[in-house]
Amino acid sequence: MSTAPMVRAEQVRKSFGRLEVLRGIDLEVAPREVMCLIGPSGSGKSTFLRCINHLEKIDGGRLSVDGELVGYRQSGDKLYELRDAEVCHKRSEIGMVFQSFNLFPHMTALENIVLAPMRVKGDSKSVAVDRAKTLLARVGLADKVDAYPRQLSGGQCQRVAIARALAMQPKLMLFDEPTSALDPELVGDVLDVMRKLAEDGMTMVVVTHEMSFAREVGDSLVFMDSGVVVEAGPPREMLANPKQERTRTFLSKVL
Amino acid sequence: MDVVPPMVVEPGAGRPSAIKAVPIRHPGRWVATLVVLAIAGGLVYSLLTTDRYHWDVVGQYFTSRRVLDGLVETLKLTAIAMAIGVSLGIVLAVMRLSPNPVVAGMSWLYIWFFRGTPVLVQLLFWYFVSALYPSFIIGIPHGPAFSRSTNELITGFMAAILGLGLNEAAYMAEIVRAGIISVEHGQTEAAQALGMKRLQIMRRIVLPQAMRVIIPPTGNETISMLKTSSLVSVIAYTELLYSVQLIYSGPSSVGAFLQIPLLIVASLWYLIVTSVLTVGQYYLERRFARGAVRGLPPTPLQRLRRYLFTFHAPPPAPPPPTIPPGRVGGPR
Repeated sequence: MSTAPMVRAEQVRKSFGRLEVLRGIDLEVAPREVMCLIGPSGSGKSTFLRCINHLEKIDGGRLSVDGELVGYRQSGDKLYELRDAEVCHKRSEIGMVFQSFNLFPHMTALENIVLAPMRVKGDSKSVAVDRAKTLLARVGLADKVDAYPRQLSGGQCQRVAIARALAMQPKLMLFDEPTSALDPELVGDVLDVMRKLAEDGMTMVVVTHEMSFAREVGDSLVFMDSGVVVEAGPPREMLANPKQERTRTFLSKVL
Repeated sequence: MDVVPPMVVEPGAGRPSAIKAVPIRHPGRWVATLVVLAIAGGLVYSLLTTDRYHWDVVGQYFTSRRVLDGLVETLKLTAIAMAIGVSLGIVLAVMRLSPNPVVAGMSWLYIWFFRGTPVLVQLLFWYFVSALYPSFIIGIPHGPAFSRSTNELITGFMAAILGLGLNEAAYMAEIVRAGIISVEHGQTEAAQALGMKRLQIMRRIVLPQAMRVIIPPTGNETISMLKTSSLVSVIAYTELLYSVQLIYSGPSSVGAFLQIPLLIVASLWYLIVTSVLTVGQYYLERRFARGAVRGLPPTPLQRLRRYLFTFHAPPPAPPPPTIPPGRVGGPR
């Protein structure tokens, strides 16, 4: 693809103490692309996702979003750590959805959604509330404006969490196993929202165990194991015909 | 194989009737009740018939000018000392959780010192601090400076506030810290991912949730502070306790033996204020329970109002059955 990548990782490394979790990740995500990351637990896929918005610091390699390094500024051949405010600003352009929702329990659905636009972007209350209501309608929860997270089901919470991330009008959305904590019957609603988001052209990186979602919505599929990318390619092809033995073993267990 | 005959059940016949059993007797409970009532009765009898309680004196001084002035001072001390304690406590707690080891260490040292020495000693220390530092100077070497005599600056009131407030801050710091670490880390991460800054996250996300853990012990601390403030009487500050002490040891009271009735006056006021604080704490806890429970139970006041309302209203419709009919197992 000729356009500049939205996410570009070159030999990204990350260790927790003596445990090396990422051992040289190379990949690119194009604008409007939906990339699904799969792999066994402990393979480093969630850690890599968290590196993209600097929730984790990388120890080696280069990682950039929209052409700018994550967490650093390069000047000549020297790297400078970014200030807190700069890191916050970059994070505000990337949406993230967590496995455990992490909605703020002391705020209603609406308050959850308008908080960051008002406090981080400086939107006026009326603008933020209008957008929040539109977003809640878009995820099918127009009637839950004043509900507290405790009063919502898991699937509804996750859809509010997606709306909360979208309210910042991000250029990239990260999903960290968004349906893994949900009852099976609630998974579909969340995946539907994500599918619509992909159709609208959002760039998405999705760590998931939902192979059917990867097949139908994903533009690319990446299989990671023990900190490296084992195999990457178009999802249909890769799921039907994995080239690597390791991928084949993994897929035979989950499909 | 035997064929089980189909069971024919008359409507309602299959259900056992309501239970009418002979209840177990509890003679022990009756004995205990009688003993407790006898003791309580004895106490009340003694309270009412012993002249030396001097209930007339209690009534005479209960709303006297000097007692009320002392009460106001006690309330003032409690409020200011708690304000210092809570605000400094929050700062100390955030410091203690700082990644900077020097900052965290300072906070630890502060808590170690102020929690490790008796508050009575601290009060006396502040009262006599002018012996240690005769004057108080803030300034830049060879530059402008602010200088005052310590005796002028550290009045009895200041010594009381410093002694009580700085001591309280050490306890509040631990309470606030417990509250902060009780908030799940995912909350901070979600806020970070939205681009919020450290202090914003602390103020908007972490502290409001920590409040649920912080408020009950803080209410406790406030009630405790109300009573601890009576220690200030040792540095001759006329709060509630010292006011009544002055009355019963005053020249006009010599030989009247008013100690007991006046201590009763003070105790009654402490009890009244403690009760008011307890009610305040209840409503504060409710306010911060938002989102933590699905629906808040009605307050005693709401319950009373509902009771009065239904009392005056026409008989309400029969209450809905507790079990939804659709859920009752089996066909009828």
